[in-house]
Amino acid sequence: MMGFLQSGLDSLPVAAAMMQFRPPVASSVANSVDQLYLMLTGITIFFSVLIFSIIFYFMLKYRRKSPGESGTATHTPMILELTWTIIPSLICVVLFVWSSSLYVRNGRPPASSTEIFVIGKQWMWHLQHPEGPREINELHVPVGVPVKLTMTSQDVIHDFYIPAFRVKKDVLPGRYSQIWFQPTETGTFHLFCAQYCGTNHSEMIGWVYVMSDGDYATWLAGGEKTESMAQQGERLFSQFGCGSCHSADAAGRAPSLAGIYGKPEKTQNGETRIVDEALIRQAILVPNSVHLPNYQPIMPTYQGQIDEEQMLQLIAYVKSLGSEERMNGK
Amino acid sequence: MAELATHGAHPQGFAHQFEDIEQQRDAGRLGMWVFLVTEILFFGGMFTSYTIYRALHLESFIQGSHQLEVKFGATNTAVLIFSSLTMALAIRAAQTGKKKGHIIFWLILTMALGALFVGLKLRFEWYRDYVDGIIPGVHWFYNGPHAPGVKMFMCFYFFMTGLHAIHMIIGLGILAVLVIMTARDRFSAEYYSPLEISGLYWHFVDIVWIFLFPLLYLIGGRY
Amino acid sequence: MSTAIAEIHETPAESGVNYLNVTYGIKSWLLTLDHKRIGLLYLGSITLMFFVGGMAAVLMRLHLVEPQGALFEPETYNKMFSTHGIIMVFFFLVPSIPATLGNFLIPLMIGARDVAFPRLNLMSWYLYITGAAFALVATLSGGVDTGWTFYPPYSSTYSQTHVVVVALGVFIAGFSSILTGVNFIVTIHKMRAPGMTWFRLPLFIWAMYATSLIFVLGTPVIAITLFLLGMERILHVGIFDPAVGGDPLLFQHLFWFYSHPAVYIMILPGMGVISELITAFSRKKIFGYAFVAFSSLSIAIISFIVWGHHMFVTGQSVYAGLVFSVLSFLVAIPSAVKVFNWTATLYKGSISYEAPMLYALGFIGLFTIGGLTGLFLAALATDVHLNGTYFIVAHFHYVMVGGAVMAYMGGLHFWWPKITGRLYPDLWARIAAAIIFIGFNLTFFPQFMLGYMGMPRRYAIYPAEFQVLNVMSSAGASILGVGYIIPLIYFMWSMRYGPPAGPNPWGAKGLEWTTQSPPLTENFETIPIVTEDAYNYPSEAAHG
Repeated sequence: MMGFLQSGLDSLPVAAAMMQFRPPVASSVANSVDQLYLMLTGITIFFSVLIFSIIFYFMLKYRRKSPGESGTATHTPMILELTWTIIPSLICVVLFVWSSSLYVRNGRPPASSTEIFVIGKQWMWHLQHPEGPREINELHVPVGVPVKLTMTSQDVIHDFYIPAFRVKKDVLPGRYSQIWFQPTETGTFHLFCAQYCGTNHSEMIGWVYVMSDGDYATWLAGGEKTESMAQQGERLFSQFGCGSCHSADAAGRAPSLAGIYGKPEKTQNGETRIVDEALIRQAILVPNSVHLPNYQPIMPTYQGQIDEEQMLQLIAYVKSLGSEERMNGK
Repeated sequence: MAELATHGAHPQGFAHQFEDIEQQRDAGRLGMWVFLVTEILFFGGMFTSYTIYRALHLESFIQGSHQLEVKFGATNTAVLIFSSLTMALAIRAAQTGKKKGHIIFWLILTMALGALFVGLKLRFEWYRDYVDGIIPGVHWFYNGPHAPGVKMFMCFYFFMTGLHAIHMIIGLGILAVLVIMTARDRFSAEYYSPLEISGLYWHFVDIVWIFLFPLLYLIGGRY
Repeated sequence: MSTAIAEIHETPAESGVNYLNVTYGIKSWLLTLDHKRIGLLYLGSITLMFFVGGMAAVLMRLHLVEPQGALFEPETYNKMFSTHGIIMVFFFLVPSIPATLGNFLIPLMIGARDVAFPRLNLMSWYLYITGAAFALVATLSGGVDTGWTFYPPYSSTYSQTHVVVVALGVFIAGFSSILTGVNFIVTIHKMRAPGMTWFRLPLFIWAMYATSLIFVLGTPVIAITLFLLGMERILHVGIFDPAVGGDPLLFQHLFWFYSHPAVYIMILPGMGVISELITAFSRKKIFGYAFVAFSSLSIAIISFIVWGHHMFVTGQSVYAGLVFSVLSFLVAIPSAVKVFNWTATLYKGSISYEAPMLYALGFIGLFTIGGLTGLFLAALATDVHLNGTYFIVAHFHYVMVGGAVMAYMGGLHFWWPKITGRLYPDLWARIAAAIIFIGFNLTFFPQFMLGYMGMPRRYAIYPAEFQVLNVMSSAGASILGVGYIIPLIYFMWSMRYGPPAGPNPWGAKGLEWTTQSPPLTENFETIPIVTEDAYNYPSEAAHG
């Protein structure tokens, strides 16, 4: 018995037992989130124990001794009321500042992130790497490299959640949401849908494989040879005949798309918007809502003709035009 | 629950749970005001959604607004404002102890105006919308510009005017009850709370229309 | 019954006639205008709903004993948790304390013969019953699988179940809440007995007043939201469909604009009950009356501006996130003020431990944990990880079950002798309270850990590593289930065989204890004149 206690005091088994209830720590932000979590747990335990012990003490000390007895009137000292109003307020301020600055910091993807595209649909995750390989319910990423996910849904609202990375974001139809992470450990981690999405919601799960650089390169090379997303997008671009208007030589009919990604553009109704994924999507589906002032609104809608996957490929293509232009030094 | 007698003689319409008629009147009035606050939030949810979508799809909403006939909206606005006046006159008649025929006259006139409003709305607006195929989900053949946004606008048009019309019809029912109560000599110069608080309701429904009219009919600087 | 009868001041003449036996027959109940009888009608109907919702919960927990699911297909499991949520939230928790204890007690506590609008009160019950009937019929004829949150586009387009019928049920029951709120606000404003000033009101009344404000201001918004959802589902016009310009997030904003305040509809009345119980069983004035009263109001007000904290991971802007986060932290302060004041009330009290007091102390403990774990979710950085997991489930059950239901049970035990005129076996009641407390913690504490480990909620099947904690939780749920059945049995026993309670078995203060038990239909033979503050217990020091 004493031996058991002794080993308990050594805290190793305790720590091991505690670790059982901690999800893997596998991304650059996971530890900082856990530190805040630990602080909050500490505060919870401190105040719970404080309240519980005061209550138990009073329960024993002031238990009713005779049936007719009543309590003794006490005053309400203002100083006490102020104390237990102000102290919790200060704690809340500290927690707010801590958690918010952490949130803002964790929310900003590094500029060097590689981008992977995600489509959620009932009930699976489709992912596509920029180099072209597609995956279903699996995500292979190299360790140590920041990865940005651009996600959309084909039907209902889903939520992309990797507990080991402490990241989660809703995936909505009709918009692009983004998260990023930088894996710090190789291994295999759960990927969940965390927003109820219908019958097989609980089967919309998968695995994230974090691999060493070498393994990742092998994996990437190992699969079927596919075109990159941008190339696939380029093929769609010519297939739908987009190039007949959107090209440098079709003077005046539609804006050239070279280098347009990331640039601010002024639309017909006067607002200035950065050309991003959402705007490109809108321009393809509801062209008249965003057409540029110097051009005729002649573009037809492609609503219903382009699925979410093709849309992402077209976006990848438009983005690649921008980067080529920059490379050519124009 | 017939313990009226235990509290001694009280005017007609006095309810046993109150101490005196004054308390009863105050309670009724406050109750209606609180209920109207609820109503404001009820319509408020609709107005908020309308505002958000209008901001998102302004051009479509202007286009949608052009599907409506301003002349009917304007006529109905006048009809309702006039009915508020007649409602107020009915209450005034009760307050000053006029003969019951007097009160009934104004109440019936109010009802007639309310019915005229609903009738105009049905015959010259909703029915035509049906014929023209601009009722989303029911009869929809619109294929002009901004079709999805116009559909959205028409949805809000029907939801908002529909909810308003339901309130009008409930109001007509209340007025009918008031006519019967008046005919049975239930009101006097001392006790006319039901008239008064029903009047509050009627005015509220009018005011909602005063907001609906410009929001639905007059967007896009048409006039 | 081990309770000692304390000094009884003015025992009213026991005429033998009371509100229960003044008339007989089904009709006298179904057409009653007596707030006490209407309270009992609610008590019966919400108890039924509680056990329907509870049954769904127990089945869910049994299913989750195995990672692959022990009982149902995922489809059935989804209907199970949706039914549990919808029934427990809209048809049990929201009406629980206000419609039963509130209805019964508000006129008695403020010295009135009835609520301001008895007919409206009866109509509220019929609306509630109609709404509940829709919900039950939908459940029996195949159920609904959207979760209680009805998020589109799943609920509007993809779900194949009876969404419209259930939404209609909730919509109708909403009007019951609104009318109850209107009735209570007017009653509390206009019907107080002479001398019953605002600051002499029992704190239960303050809590009911704050609750009624939320009823009146919040419920119409959920009504219109469900109306839009129903229309979208029937007509497919695209209000929440992004393909044609709609926005599914608008639904979430509108939904939580009501449903967050609704959380306080559930907990504020509980806080009111606790203030009554703590003072009665420590025979002492509440510590910091004004602070407890105004904290109720401030919670009600803040509740309307924190809804965005349900949407931190939907992609709302960072600035919106920051604002909603700081406002959500703000709720912690009045909640903390209440807990500290209740604790301080025990100081120098004369504390006894009958069943209602055990529930009250249980409430303080569980609400403290429930409230503090709310901080994890108000904090943006940790919410990202915990949102949508079992941590949320555990947090709101600590507040809703550990808080609101504990308070409801405590209140029911406290006022049962007043309601029925009879006592229940206190020993059994204490045993049941202990079982509920243990079962509750065993059910929900492991869920905090599950959530932190990353197990998402609403999962019919789950990875095997979460099994140990799930089995613990399921074991707790079966204990909890037994705990709730025991009171049902002894309460029914007591209605017939319980010994007479007398007007004031606890020696408590408050106008409701000055009447006979059960009270007369008109509550008071003559309307009392109030000359003292609430909880004006004689001080031991003053006695010598």
